[in-house]
Amino acid sequence: MSLTDEKVFDLEKKALAIRKSIITMLIEAGSGHTAGPLGMADIFTYLYFVALRHDPKNPSWEDRDRFVLSNGHICPVLYATMAHAGYFPVHELMTLRKFGARLQGHPHREWLSALETSSGPLGSGLSQAVGMALAERITAGRTSPKQFYCFTGDGELDCGQIWEAAMLAGKEKIQNLTVVIDRNNIQIDGFTEDIMPLNPLADKWRSFNWHVQEIDGHNFRMIEEAFGQARAVFDRPSVIIANTIPSRGIPDFEGKFEWHGKPPQTDEEKKTALDALRTLSGKLKNEHSTL
Amino acid sequence: MLNPEQKLNQKVFSHDVEQLPIRKGFGEGLLFAAEKDERVVGLCADLTDSTVMNLFKAKFPTRFIEMGVAEQNLASVASGMAAMGKIPFITSYAMFSPGRNWEQIRTTICYNNVPVKIAGSHAGVSVGPDGGTHQAIEDIAIMRVIPRMVVISPCDAIEARKATLAAAQSPDPTYIRLAREKTPIITTEATPFTIGKAHIIFHPEGTQKADVGIIATGALVHKALVAAQKLSQHGIFVKVLNVATIKPLDEEAVWRLAHETKAIVTVEEHQIKGGLGGAVAECLAVHYPVPIEFIGVHDVFGQSGTPEELIEHYGMGESHIITAVRKVILRKK
Repeated sequence: MSLTDEKVFDLEKKALAIRKSIITMLIEAGSGHTAGPLGMADIFTYLYFVALRHDPKNPSWEDRDRFVLSNGHICPVLYATMAHAGYFPVHELMTLRKFGARLQGHPHREWLSALETSSGPLGSGLSQAVGMALAERITAGRTSPKQFYCFTGDGELDCGQIWEAAMLAGKEKIQNLTVVIDRNNIQIDGFTEDIMPLNPLADKWRSFNWHVQEIDGHNFRMIEEAFGQARAVFDRPSVIIANTIPSRGIPDFEGKFEWHGKPPQTDEEKKTALDALRTLSGKLKNEHSTL
Repeated sequence: MLNPEQKLNQKVFSHDVEQLPIRKGFGEGLLFAAEKDERVVGLCADLTDSTVMNLFKAKFPTRFIEMGVAEQNLASVASGMAAMGKIPFITSYAMFSPGRNWEQIRTTICYNNVPVKIAGSHAGVSVGPDGGTHQAIEDIAIMRVIPRMVVISPCDAIEARKATLAAAQSPDPTYIRLAREKTPIITTEATPFTIGKAHIIFHPEGTQKADVGIIATGALVHKALVAAQKLSQHGIFVKVLNVATIKPLDEEAVWRLAHETKAIVTVEEHQIKGGLGGAVAECLAVHYPVPIEFIGVHDVFGQSGTPEELIEHYGMGESHIITAVRKVILRKK
């Protein structure tokens, strides 16, 4: 069943609110990553408001699905989405990276217990998600209703450990695991295909015995379709290569690797970012004026 | 004489003392722990027989995961399993785990504070002919520096079995250091074992005061005992403290021994820098500074040879311990 127009509009509004939170929290923090969080805002919105079985008021609910963010540096989008989903007050986002704050510069589950794991050093999230799924299989067998999700960056795929985990998941046929790769083609030093080419990326995962899909990571109907397909696969782990635009929503920043690891800093940059999101807001209302 | 309170193996000084590999005690302890607690799972990086995880694998095949030669994945998959309520034991050679996967252990296990148990086998130069690539002599240092990590270095197979069981029952990330070669059995079933407790296993007879305190860990504890026995025959009296838990260090036991003897010799099959010697020096520098002599590897790599040849070559034999005791006595004020 595909999403209704109303539902798509609702998700787009939520994603925009999350993007606004990302920019305001980054401006307040004075450091942090911009491109990845904005690029993944749509998929995070879909995960937390549609896909994930969870209870923000009872984060330790035993039967919840598990979500592991492997590339911890995009945590502004994780925190913003969690806040908008009701895990903690939206105003707490303004404490990002501050001394004593629960919203550490990279996620730490001891500070924020609703997280499934801590992350930051790249390449180890997929292993943890595989471990969680294996543990569940030992406890509850292959028919457990729990789904396991892991989001990774594309630059992160340079890490050998990712492929160790991919090999194990393929070998163990972990069918309730869905990985989403943020395929935004940038990493700190430049474009991924210049730094360390990943293509043919889909073929790599297929050769590790994974079910592979490629989508536009900003199209909610495609996201919905891909998550549904991934859940339906019963004999393999599933990976969704989500083509995203880094810094999506702020045209002047979009696609530029320079925005990987810094927030809007000058007054002009801040104005550019906030104005762009305001424009997006107006555009969204216009597009859906019939709803 | 052996400390009678410790109920040690009375044959420990005899030539026909029973010998077993310390890693075998781990394998038996893991099996026992798994029988007692179904949360215990086992993961191995292609060394199931030589790390003696095969006993567990045979009895609990569905709770065993073969990881292949992938130690970084080994550590982090275990972290994920622990997050779901399991008590994972992961095994490889110490050189590869914790040698190769230090950051994964730091971040995904210790920073996350999950109860993963890391068993590193074939530690020390006594691995022998395989040579320096396979001789982990830095593992204590790299594990004890990580916050929350408990570091256990059993002296024989029986103590390894008890340590493994105790580790399974503890909520802490834990590193258990194991040796490959057969080593003499020092303890018995009745010998006390608690994580974090060090015990005096040898002391002078009657009211005779000890001149030196020997603080030893792991496979070399037996050599420390033999050296202590020989010294007592020459009128030099020592106490031997078996430090099975290097972290948290039993600081009170170390401090008491230094206070009584005013001179310490540390003994370990590991680099002096950062190992047991380092831990003892850190403790005594603060609480009770006394002269210390260090038996261990002096900032070099190992090489091929028989275990005995290598222990002698790198200065960790009985004669070296005896010399160190004599030397530290001369440094006493």
